[in-house]
Amino acid sequence: MTLRTEPVVVSIGPHHPSTHGVFRMRLTFDGENIVDAEPVIGYLHRGTEKLAEERQYTQVITLTDRLDYVSSMTSNQAFVLSCEKLIGLDVPDRGMYLRVIASELQRIVSHLIGVGFFLQELGGFGGTALMYAFRERERILDLFEMLCGARITVSYARIGGVFADAPADFWPALRRVLDDLPGYTDELEALVFESEIVQARTKGVSVIDPVLAVNASLTGPVLRGSGVAWDWRKAAPYDVYDRVDFDVPVGENGDNYDRFWVRIQEVRQSLRIVEQCVVQIEPGPVRATDAMLFRPPPGEAYVPTESPKGELGFYLVSDGSIAPYRCHVRAPSFINLSLFKEMLVGWKLADAIVSLGSLDFNMGEVDR
Amino acid sequence: MYGLGILKGFRVTLKNFIRKPFTVQYPEERLKQAPRFRGQEFVWYEERCTGCASCAKYCPLGIIRIVTDPDGGDEQEGGSYKIDVFDIDQGRCMYCGLCVEACPYDALHMGSTFEGAQATRADLVITMEVLKERPKHPSTWFRPQLEQAGVDPFGGAPVEWEDAGREAFAWHPKRLQAESKSGPEGSPPASAEGSPPGGGGG
Repeated sequence: MTLRTEPVVVSIGPHHPSTHGVFRMRLTFDGENIVDAEPVIGYLHRGTEKLAEERQYTQVITLTDRLDYVSSMTSNQAFVLSCEKLIGLDVPDRGMYLRVIASELQRIVSHLIGVGFFLQELGGFGGTALMYAFRERERILDLFEMLCGARITVSYARIGGVFADAPADFWPALRRVLDDLPGYTDELEALVFESEIVQARTKGVSVIDPVLAVNASLTGPVLRGSGVAWDWRKAAPYDVYDRVDFDVPVGENGDNYDRFWVRIQEVRQSLRIVEQCVVQIEPGPVRATDAMLFRPPPGEAYVPTESPKGELGFYLVSDGSIAPYRCHVRAPSFINLSLFKEMLVGWKLADAIVSLGSLDFNMGEVDR
Repeated sequence: MYGLGILKGFRVTLKNFIRKPFTVQYPEERLKQAPRFRGQEFVWYEERCTGCASCAKYCPLGIIRIVTDPDGGDEQEGGSYKIDVFDIDQGRCMYCGLCVEACPYDALHMGSTFEGAQATRADLVITMEVLKERPKHPSTWFRPQLEQAGVDPFGGAPVEWEDAGREAFAWHPKRLQAESKSGPEGSPPASAEGSPPGGGGG
């Protein structure tokens, strides 16, 4: 006897912002297998690009904090880099080093959250790995509080450098974090990546073909997980990335496992970069100008940067006034979502959440 | 051997199981905050404020409302406007600190607390009267002079308006008045010709 079956459309989400953001999936199931998938976005739309058009350049920095709220430092950096190109400012060395140190610490935070939620999304282990990751994240956020008085919405970078030099007690605290983090990274790796259960669940699942990944403009760990060694810090070094030595880890198969594996390797590379910056940094001014009000000459500027999620850039058009005429955000999370359907179709519901997590997108950036 | 990875994972969990907890029981125990913490309870010195409204201009949300009376002040002597209203709507404030950065006279400082729940939205608006009466525990955010002086916003002594400024504010007319009353001793007018620091331009 054969059962007459028909596909079922299930709406998953919108979820609470503390997961990936207010994101909704409309999945069509045949039994437990996904036959169609459609992302529904827009629940967190705040009109950042439009708001930026009526704010001065310095004020827009506070908006960029709220784009990707788990990696504000890199968003700040991307925006001020575009502004500096537009204005034609040269940043003092110490300012650039401080920005790179802050951004790399932020990359560690972002990847720790990404990897921490990995087991959560697999549906097992309670929140063990997540809490371990959050414990380390907390220490880095304490460093941010020392630097700039806030933990999430940092607003640290300014056009022409950073707002102020690091306080004296920042450096010993950074040293302690840098000494401890490699050990914790090993712990997390032993807990997550060597577990056979995790490997059985994630290896070979939701494979993204490198050619498809490049054609879909994927960037960041999602692209590198597919084996394409593309990193804007190497391809077009900004700030002081050309003065530090680091590797670009790439995956082999482009499956869920590789995408998370690339992230945990990038944590190690970020630690390497910070170690080198701490050695190379020299006393000096941190800010090219104390000005808060800028009138860039008419023109346009775009500086691609490597945020933890991928290529983040702000395309700014100036008409000579104090506010950008147009501010377009090239948000990596949004573009990485474009292969959503290709990744999910053919897999089961339990894999869908993990595949989604492996994109490590952030709705603050997707909806803007 | 299959299962070795799982055993390794269990070793990590066991190690963390017997470790001292990292968490604290919040209302009773508190973690130490950084002196640069950008918090509520803005500190405002009416003696320093000239009513220039730089803070209101640079607020990305426009939540600072200043009404000045041009006839009531002593702006002829480079002094200040008479300030009638100085409201900060903390209900919409995002504590970015740009107002503090913009203040050329070091009159406005970030606070250091974070527990500011109120029953109504109207109570979240802090007025000039509230700001005047508040204990002065400024955060050292964007105030290097406070950082160098070792000001501790958490439990330290309140900071008087004379000590809150950059370059000791020797050029400030009210400062000069106070000095002439108290006598010439103990006054460091080294940079009497100093210009107002920081602020706009560009």
